[in-house]
Amino acid sequence: MFSFLKKSAEAAPAPSWGERLKAGLARTRVQIGGLFGGGKIDAALYEELEEALLCADTGVAATQFLLDNLRQQVKKKGLSDSRELKAALREGLATLIAPLERPLLIEGHQPFIIMLAGVNGAGKTTSIGKLAKFFQAQGKSVLLAAGDTFRAAAREQLTIWGERNQVAVITQQGGDPAAVIFDAIQAARARKIDIVLADTAGRLPTQLHLMEEIRKVKRVIAKADASAPHEVLLVLDANTGQNALSQVKSFDDALGLTGLILTKLDGTAKGGVVAAIARERPVPIRFIGIGEGIDDLRPFIAQDFAAALVDSD
Amino acid sequence: MLDNLTNRLSRVIKTLRGEARLTESNVADALREVRMALLEADVALPVVRDFIAAVKQKAMGEEVIGSLTPGQALVGVVQRELSALMGGENAALNLAVTPPAVILMAGLQGSGKTTTSGKLAKFLAEQKKKPLLASCDVYRPAAIEQLRSIAAQLQIDFFESGSAQKPRDIALAALDYAKKHYHDVLIVDTAGRLAIDAAMMQEITELHAALGPAETLFVVDAMQGQDAVNVAKAFSDALPLTGVVLTKLDGDARGGAALSVRQVTGKPIKFAGVGEKLAALEAFHPERMAARILGMGDVLSLVEEARKSVDVAEAQKLAEKIKKGKGFDLEDFKQQIGQMRKMGGLSSMIDKLPAQLAQAAQAQSADMGEKQMRRIEGIINSMTPQERARPELMKAARKRRVAAGAGVQVQEVNRLLHQFEQMQKMMKQMQKGGMAKMMRGMKGMIPGMR
Repeated sequence: MFSFLKKSAEAAPAPSWGERLKAGLARTRVQIGGLFGGGKIDAALYEELEEALLCADTGVAATQFLLDNLRQQVKKKGLSDSRELKAALREGLATLIAPLERPLLIEGHQPFIIMLAGVNGAGKTTSIGKLAKFFQAQGKSVLLAAGDTFRAAAREQLTIWGERNQVAVITQQGGDPAAVIFDAIQAARARKIDIVLADTAGRLPTQLHLMEEIRKVKRVIAKADASAPHEVLLVLDANTGQNALSQVKSFDDALGLTGLILTKLDGTAKGGVVAAIARERPVPIRFIGIGEGIDDLRPFIAQDFAAALVDSD
Repeated sequence: MLDNLTNRLSRVIKTLRGEARLTESNVADALREVRMALLEADVALPVVRDFIAAVKQKAMGEEVIGSLTPGQALVGVVQRELSALMGGENAALNLAVTPPAVILMAGLQGSGKTTTSGKLAKFLAEQKKKPLLASCDVYRPAAIEQLRSIAAQLQIDFFESGSAQKPRDIALAALDYAKKHYHDVLIVDTAGRLAIDAAMMQEITELHAALGPAETLFVVDAMQGQDAVNVAKAFSDALPLTGVVLTKLDGDARGGAALSVRQVTGKPIKFAGVGEKLAALEAFHPERMAARILGMGDVLSLVEEARKSVDVAEAQKLAEKIKKGKGFDLEDFKQQIGQMRKMGGLSSMIDKLPAQLAQAAQAQSADMGEKQMRRIEGIINSMTPQERARPELMKAARKRRVAAGAGVQVQEVNRLLHQFEQMQKMMKQMQKGGMAKMMRGMKGMIPGMR
């Protein structure tokens, strides 16, 4: 029972998954890993390291933290070679982000209601399509709720994902997002569906009325099922810089997040923001998106992530 | 918008308070703070380095030595360099070619290309152009449907395409259609693509060759991190970009990507997307933006926006009243709320105020959403003209009557009156002087000016 998600992800079609993550983070890896060519540890090296971490969107505070930690290690263990620094940095990073590695467990509720939120263009609808596939692969039945009633063609987009996965999609023409999701939960109950994935419209945390609206969506979900939503996920675009942190804080304050999905990790230099999140608002990262394919959504594994970010081999 | 960067730079400049004069070492400290602020604002590291070097050189030069107010000089240098970095004047679209002029949109997934395409079409239609929208995004589910329904909302012509077609075929057919139907401008939306996806980058290069666009716009999310610099470079290497559109600038992102992209591509930022509504596209003004980052606000933009959304006479009347500070009554407050709603809500307006004022305003009205605004309008509507002009008349009995009329509790009427009072105070502050007030604000920070 325990963390079966992780097991299945490791066992099933995932032989290349570590490779793919590494490939996705290749650029960062070269930037950081490339520094450890051997040689003395000096102030210039630390400065280069600082800049490399900053360039990976780690943010000033988390970078400072990692470097202080590294300096302590160097003192304590008497490291003298810059290559040894790499292992120490990887360890430091892995330890920092380890608390974020808490796979999502689907148990105890049927239907298990998952609500997704995020800023515009983060990849919510696409993530729902991928999640549907992911859960189906585990033999769960899934139902999608088209809660993005604002954006043009968001409904159609979700419907296409539903067709691809052969999953029912509950939509309403120009309806109220909360009402659509409420209906979807009723439908899921009637059809004995295992998991409801509720899409919502993208919104920026500065749009207070929209933040109020999404709070309402959550309240209405609780009306359909007092224990729900069982999971509130924030979808984060890995391209986002330090604003990712402020998104996590705002959405967490508004909704009480239970997890994050980090999408679009397949571009160049990025991923450092995970360290910043671990330090300031450690909401578990349930999944990471590493490609455009429907199978490219995977559970987050701290060791792998740290290694992919730091290792240069 | 960019509040955080503004705040940080304000603080940095404040740390110079009490210093008799700038020395090499305290400039270095201040510059390190500026560096950190810019990094935290997601300005890419190479860009930060250049910027700091330029500021340092200038600040250590004659300008400071010759100046009586070193702090002021540093602020000036930082602002000048920031403006220079973002590229002097505002650049308009250049569509002076044989029609149809083609605008090609390019960018990462989720940066806002499709929405921006719609906004641009609206912007051009308002200038009496006849735009045609076409989508070459055959990859993302319902992307074409999205543009089609945006076009329908805006009542702008849409060129039909299907996801089974090849992007290049769609583009050429759309161009042909635009020629035959005498469209002035053809806006071609494309799929989002990663800069490292060679096949997709090849595709858009071919699209560009086939279309020969007058404008090739790179759409960038204002929230983007350090990677902006790599992405911008890749796109600018693959395509002869002519400009940049910065989207989602209405968020609280620090917006450093604007600086990075501008620096790397060397191309002007032509537009800024500032909201979800299809009218929320603004011309990008580098000068004002630099001033805004430094906490001087963006009153000019505000005036322009007001001109667009409300009738000019009304706006002028209001502007005058704000200037005078006196006679700003509940009737104006109500009108203002109505206008604010038209202009995209309170938060988008607060963004444009100078930093200190914006903070005060935010504290006052952070919780004042759309709904709240409508309630306030209701309350004011329940007052007599006399009461609106002289809120001090509002005593218990009148309050009870108004509350009953508006269907609210008396407390809410009280709250409104209190809020109004605060607002009036703010207006008075502003009246004491746009520039004069700001100068005084700066005097506090800068030694040798009091």
